[in-house]
Amino acid sequence: MNFFLQLVVTGFALGMVYALIAIGFVIILKCSEVFNIAQGHFVLIGGYLGYTFLVPLGLPIWAALGMAIATAIIMGLAIERLVLRPLLGEPVLAIIMVTIALSTILGGLATLLWGAEYKAYHGLLPTITLKIGTISIPSESLIGLIVSVICVVLLMLLFRYTKIGLAMRATAEDLAVVQSVGIKATTVYAVSWVIACVVGVIGGILLGGVSGANMELAEVGLKAFAVVLLGGVNSIGGAIVAGIILGMLENVAAGYLDPLLPGGGLAKVFPFIVMIIVLIFRPYGLFGLTRIERI
Amino acid sequence: MGLRWGTFQENYAQDMAIFRTRLDWGMLFTFLIFLFACPLFSSDRILTILTMMGIAVISVHGLNILTGYCGQISIGHAGFMAVGGYTSAILCAKLGLPFWAALPCGALAAGMAGLIFGLPSLKIKGFYLIMATIAAHFIIIWTIIQLRSITGGPDGLSVPKPTIGGIVLSSKANYFYLVMVITCLATLLAKNIVRTRAGRAFIAIRDNDLAAEVMGISLWSYKLQAFFIGCVYAGVAGSLLIHYFSFASTDQFPFFDSVWYLGMLIVGGMGSTTGAIFGAVALKLLDELVTMVGPILSAAVAPQAAASLALISHGLIIIIFLIFEPRGLHHRWEMIKAYFRLWPFSHEVLE
Repeated sequence: MNFFLQLVVTGFALGMVYALIAIGFVIILKCSEVFNIAQGHFVLIGGYLGYTFLVPLGLPIWAALGMAIATAIIMGLAIERLVLRPLLGEPVLAIIMVTIALSTILGGLATLLWGAEYKAYHGLLPTITLKIGTISIPSESLIGLIVSVICVVLLMLLFRYTKIGLAMRATAEDLAVVQSVGIKATTVYAVSWVIACVVGVIGGILLGGVSGANMELAEVGLKAFAVVLLGGVNSIGGAIVAGIILGMLENVAAGYLDPLLPGGGLAKVFPFIVMIIVLIFRPYGLFGLTRIERI
Repeated sequence: MGLRWGTFQENYAQDMAIFRTRLDWGMLFTFLIFLFACPLFSSDRILTILTMMGIAVISVHGLNILTGYCGQISIGHAGFMAVGGYTSAILCAKLGLPFWAALPCGALAAGMAGLIFGLPSLKIKGFYLIMATIAAHFIIIWTIIQLRSITGGPDGLSVPKPTIGGIVLSSKANYFYLVMVITCLATLLAKNIVRTRAGRAFIAIRDNDLAAEVMGISLWSYKLQAFFIGCVYAGVAGSLLIHYFSFASTDQFPFFDSVWYLGMLIVGGMGSTTGAIFGAVALKLLDELVTMVGPILSAAVAPQAAASLALISHGLIIIIFLIFEPRGLHHRWEMIKAYFRLWPFSHEVLE
């Protein structure tokens, strides 16, 4: 029982980070109807950026976080302007292939700049220990949980109370209306990419703090897709709920089944099994809108 | 596209023919003779490259029917190749079946896998289907690794050299002939599949699946047919790949290849048999260029430059084609042909 609870609690914290990364995906999808396959590679870049600012440059954690976010903002703006804007209004395959190509380029850049090596910065994040009953929550998980919750709350406030947030929600609702009242859709797209990059990079730093930065961080993006599909692609709340569910399920399934299966690695394929099951039985996820098509 | 001057078509058969004029036939035979004479004057390295190109062409033909014609985007093609490859490898290595019998079995197994993972396509499309096929790739590879007693798991599986009618295909030239014959047949078949009733149904489904269904095209049947055909092609390509190395390993079917086959299709031009060939050949050439330039760059800049050059160049080429040449090399080729058709008096405006 204790083992089970331990798995659930760490899974919950991990799931919150997944949810944060998935939110970046959902925001881009809602605002500009682009399925961003490169979301996982933002996480990868984030993990390595965290290493660069913390270890070789030796910045304090807050400065490092600020620098990483600044880099993410520049990255988001550049990607939107150079890659996505020329393809406005193209069919879904073109958009998806361009984001896949983007992901390989980001992977290539990470290889070039950091040599695709394992870079650890374990223990550089602040430590907090918490014990509930007999379950001790690892410090990294707790930090991940806290930061993710802060980010999600900040995003909610952005959408609720700022002008650009309102513009983004309106664009998600109806592009033509937004354009007719003089809101620049391209600004909204740019902001959505910036937000996606920033949450991806923050997620990368959090995950990098747990397990170090390496090329496998990009695979978190695939887990984020499972989260998004489970929650419904156009629901931010759904992404949070599904992120937590998936994080816990994954941890519990890996904890109990990995010793039974030769070769292990169930955690790696688990999101895909969830994906297929969701796609077959409930293609629009738990909270997604069912799309009605007309000729 | 129009015809050469002085060419007339007097009946339906002539109008539908793939090779219409004597010039077409002449060019075809010149090309085939040149192709099959390659082993006489090329080195082993060039033969290897050509063999790999042939295998890629077969695979991309399958993807072209599935994605280019039927519009069902699949990023799990390497996974289906793995199914075909492993099936024929296991039949050869464990059951001692001859190569010529194992190859169709592998193709059939890949087709079956395609049917299973094509099932979601009945309910979902676009991004959802892409995610389902990505999932298919990883689930297939994971299953292969788990079935260690049959597939050898992570250690791989050695396969005896393929023999056909007593001839052991051990030399590069022999295998080159095998692959090229199959590639030519596969190309002919692919070109003809899309001219059948099923091919026209695929195009209707791609352009608007709801409208196609209203017209009486059974989506259920034709989408699954497209998956089956596409994956059979993948299975053949996978078998040829594994038998070429006489060794089966999941490393031969990385996820990146699944993406890369789609990239070949985009570079070549979707929905065109010629485009599939152009794309596969062009991107395999790019691969070779990267392998040649990579070590030089590694020595000059940093040891990891070669690996990153491969990734960045692959990504860049896809982005560049999507932005500047979305209809692919096939379209460019048609433009060039149209230009020279009336040269030097071309004043015709092309659509």
